[in-house]
Amino acid sequence: MTTPPTASQTVGPFFHLGMAHLERGNFVAQGIAGERVTIRGQVLDADGNAVPDAMLEIWQADSSGRYGGEIFPQNSATPRFLGFGRIETDDKGEFSFTTIKPGRVASPDGSLQAPHIVVTLFSRGLLKPLRTRLYFPDEPGNADDPILKLVPQERRSTLMARCSGQRGAKNVPENAPPKIFDWKIVMQGDGETVFFDY
Amino acid sequence: MKAASYGRAPAGTQPNYLYPQYVSTCKRSPKQPLILLPHTLSELTGPVFGHSEIGENDNDLTHQHSGEAQGERIIVSGRVLDEEGRAIPGALVEVWQTNAAGRYRHRVDQHGAPLDPNFTGCGRVLTDREGRYRFVTIKPGAYPWQNHPNAWRPAHIHFSLFGAGLLSRLVTQMYFPGDPLLPFDPVFNSVPDENARNRLISISFSVAAKPLPWRYLPERLGNVRRMK
Repeated sequence: MTTPPTASQTVGPFFHLGMAHLERGNFVAQGIAGERVTIRGQVLDADGNAVPDAMLEIWQADSSGRYGGEIFPQNSATPRFLGFGRIETDDKGEFSFTTIKPGRVASPDGSLQAPHIVVTLFSRGLLKPLRTRLYFPDEPGNADDPILKLVPQERRSTLMARCSGQRGAKNVPENAPPKIFDWKIVMQGDGETVFFDY
Repeated sequence: MKAASYGRAPAGTQPNYLYPQYVSTCKRSPKQPLILLPHTLSELTGPVFGHSEIGENDNDLTHQHSGEAQGERIIVSGRVLDEEGRAIPGALVEVWQTNAAGRYRHRVDQHGAPLDPNFTGCGRVLTDREGRYRFVTIKPGAYPWQNHPNAWRPAHIHFSLFGAGLLSRLVTQMYFPGDPLLPFDPVFNSVPDENARNRLISISFSVAAKPLPWRYLPERLGNVRRMK
């Protein structure tokens, strides 16, 4: 006999209490290969108001397109890229994190997906999380990405980060300061972000 | 290679995004149709957690300070299972809750109830080989909120769980049996299916077989989805 999965319930406005221990604004450590990027953005509701009590969970591959295994311990001898972390929005609904641009990951039909970051959004008022993806502009793989192809053309831009043309001053080890991308998450209404169901 | 995939939850066993009685859903629920995503490596993989980040008293919320927490001490225990009843070992279970007076140790909590200097209200544990977890804590209190006039949340403990992959991710709330506030709570009642709703309520109190100075609360949250 099978039992359906337990019902989801909202994280409420006080989730930081239990979830903050996995928050990190920087996924990059010394010796990790890949192009440093900073993603900054804002979470907005149907009225365009900032959502100050949201949390993003990030999951992404490393620069060679491999998903990591163990998150801990972090003190292993060889540097490993931590492909998971939480980022909370601030009082203005804004968030920012620095990571590496992920490599391309295989899709079920054997083709390669374009570089993307999986984002799971939690907040008060969300009875279950919203799941979306962030893609990078000007990637040759975007045109053939099997997931982007499922999205109506006119809505694809909601999944696309925008290159700000700026570089961050953030203290990230090695290389030049990270390239900054902007990405807005609109929960409802004009310019509503594409969300996925599994 | 045939792509692995998860089954979909039966109708009514999960809440919809929009549940107008829970007012905050009105402006935060998508209006556009969700796009059904095939399960790629990006969804089938997920973080794996080890023991090094779990502290000694992370599963005993009553002993995280110099003194003892105030309130009714309880044990919350259970198993994390997949749909077929198989154990999920090594699952990270995170909890957070109010203190006995119904106050969160959180900067935005406006409730006038007192903070307990000896209670933070958060914990975490990894499930063992049988998928078991166990917390010692304080029974949380009900508290008022702004949703509707005289709205009070029933006592609950927030649970966050990581299963074998990203698709198993589950955040939910555990309620207490016999709570008279449950029929009025829009968060609890957002789950359409009555059986699914009632599975959020922990099993009735019973006295521990071992001579513990606490009441024993077996709990049956469980059922994180896993790859079939």
